[in-house]
Amino acid sequence: MTNEQLEQFGRELDALQNATKASLGAADRRYIQRMIRTQRAMALGGRALIFASLPLIPLPPLFLGAIGAGAITLGLSKILENMEIGHNVIHGQWDWMNDPDIHSSTWEWDNVCPADQWKHSHNVVHHTWTNVMGKDRDVGYEILRVTEKQPWKPVHLVQPIYNAALAFMFQWGVAMHDIDTGALKRGEISLRDVRGQLAGIGKKAAKQLLKDYVLWPLLAGPFFLPVLLANLVANGMRNLWSYAIIFCGHFPDGAQTFSEADVEGETRGGWYRRQVLGSCNITGGPTFHILSGNLSHQIEHHLFPDLPSNRYPELAPKVEAICAKYGVPYNKGSFARQLGTTMRTIFRLAWPSRKKPPVETVTAEAPAARALAA
Amino acid sequence: MAKVASIWSRLGDVASLVATPLLPSHYVQLLRPLSATHTRQARVEEIRDEAPGVKTLVLRPGRGWQLHRAGQHVRVGIAIDGRLVTRTYSISSAPERRGGCIDITVKAQGRVSNALHEVEVGAFVTLAAPSGEFVLPAALEAGAAMGEQARLLFVTGGSGITPIASMLRSLAARGAMPDVVHVHYARTAEDVIFGDELRSLAVDHPGYHLIEIHTASDRRRFEARRLAALVPDWQAREAWACGPQSLLDAIGGVYASPSHVGPDADGRPHVGRLHVERFRAALAVLPSNASGGRARFAMTATQTATDADADAATPLLQVAERAGLAPRSGCRMGICHTCDSTLVAGCVRDLRTGQTIDEPGSRVQICVCAAAGDVELAL
Repeated sequence: MTNEQLEQFGRELDALQNATKASLGAADRRYIQRMIRTQRAMALGGRALIFASLPLIPLPPLFLGAIGAGAITLGLSKILENMEIGHNVIHGQWDWMNDPDIHSSTWEWDNVCPADQWKHSHNVVHHTWTNVMGKDRDVGYEILRVTEKQPWKPVHLVQPIYNAALAFMFQWGVAMHDIDTGALKRGEISLRDVRGQLAGIGKKAAKQLLKDYVLWPLLAGPFFLPVLLANLVANGMRNLWSYAIIFCGHFPDGAQTFSEADVEGETRGGWYRRQVLGSCNITGGPTFHILSGNLSHQIEHHLFPDLPSNRYPELAPKVEAICAKYGVPYNKGSFARQLGTTMRTIFRLAWPSRKKPPVETVTAEAPAARALAA
Repeated sequence: MAKVASIWSRLGDVASLVATPLLPSHYVQLLRPLSATHTRQARVEEIRDEAPGVKTLVLRPGRGWQLHRAGQHVRVGIAIDGRLVTRTYSISSAPERRGGCIDITVKAQGRVSNALHEVEVGAFVTLAAPSGEFVLPAALEAGAAMGEQARLLFVTGGSGITPIASMLRSLAARGAMPDVVHVHYARTAEDVIFGDELRSLAVDHPGYHLIEIHTASDRRRFEARRLAALVPDWQAREAWACGPQSLLDAIGGVYASPSHVGPDADGRPHVGRLHVERFRAALAVLPSNASGGRARFAMTATQTATDADADAATPLLQVAERAGLAPRSGCRMGICHTCDSTLVAGCVRDLRTGQTIDEPGSRVQICVCAAAGDVELAL
């Protein structure tokens, strides 16, 4: 692609963004309001079901069925709250409504990560420096080796184990995300410098833990433990799901990483191209897309992080067509393909690379990736 | 006692953590929107036609509503094309009204008023707390009949009747009608909002004198001589005025002019006080050398910055919106402080007073402030 073509590519994407922004209206407002109402009703309903199951304890199969349904409903509501609502509201996707109740400046989400820290680590660092080695802390989250460009260290031998631990405790990983652990390790900053951040996380986490593991169980009196376990299942479900969706965003086969030299003097068109090359979509039905917070449209989200997520499905085919026109690889695949290749990479890169890291030429359109996606 | 109360409120805070990061009120809202306390809403209970192009909306405010004072206004919000827009309306009902509802009387002019004309019974609007200083003296509000001591003058035009209607209804409900002369401008008798009610008030209350001026047939403008002819003792009356800008400018001119300051009973120069209610910020004259500059808006949510050219007369809120930003905003006339931003560097001019603000860290109402040179604001 010539420079002129690259800028034309950028202008086409700009036009798509502007047209979508101009068309936002009452139907979009109804969508997010309905989503929020549904999520809150599910949270209430899930907790009610958990409590309603308690008298059934003498009948174990019935009890387990009822409390399980309650935990899953609560877990689904937490997934909706974190993914389709929280993440997107905090991005400012709904600020255009000028509604103080649904605004990035006031929204706090249902997990242990404080929204203000997330706005920095995710909205600012990750979305600006997507997949730039040494800048984007989302490349392996500073603990995993997800590309051969990262030098191998012996600790990576056990990365499949702490990868699994991260999946189960994902909200804690999200909470710690804004702490620059790399700089801490290198001694560039001290614990004193991150005291404020840690205090913020501690305060938020205390409230979250108190809610799910003390207050709600206490309300059940002698049935403290079953309620606590049901809440643990709900939070765990959300952790596993958000881990799986988010790891499919930038780590599947074909996703490219960049060096700081690559992005020097990057133009608007170049920035757009990097977002496409570094992000991966997951194919699926409407319910799957909503439960993924429309991060299944990771490419569209990275191109237009502040467009409302309910518009990503209609944008996706248009973006794919523009990418095809300019020969920019558009990485999409089934959930199994994207998650499978990600896991394979994490296991494979636990061992040192046999040869020097190759110059990155493989793209999502490579036949092998295609075959897997099909 | 105070200690017990504080322990209870602490316990309440802990109990409300069952809903964290939300409040219990967010879940109450699902079932009973008007019982929510985290947001102020009102349900439209009834819609009445008042006059051509004028409707009254009877609103039932939710829990936590504080009773208004007669003459106060309230900020009402409605979503238009998905965007929440608010405007300020006087409450036209009296605070004495039973049943927990308030009235706003809306003339179909402008985007928000037109949208309010389209709402249906059962719809919800947002409602801020009542505010405003366009009210009766405390003694009159307290219900004491002040007899001949209180002499009032009301000058209203068109839909400017609404805060005065609240005052008249309040005085009548309490049987405390003082000596009031009310000059009201409307196009025709038919266009007088609450016309029948005002006329029967005048019949029932000897202290209330209504002077209707119908501009379709009487084109004489409001000026000092005309006022003196209509209300010979106007200088001895405390006055309240609400209506179109031209009427407010005229009466403001009459009251400001020293030639109209007459001697009072004690022989001292005296002119009754004038209270004015405006629904647009009154702007100061811009200095001829005023110039705008480059505005930088730093968004705290995304920690990005957007630059735009800002002239000396355009409110920075509009500049930000034209630059594609969506800062929070409310009244857009400098009263609600929803759009307050922090001055990082540079200088702005408050368009109402003409004064400049250049102290970094100052709160800036960007709906009524324009750039005075280069400026950087944190939204």
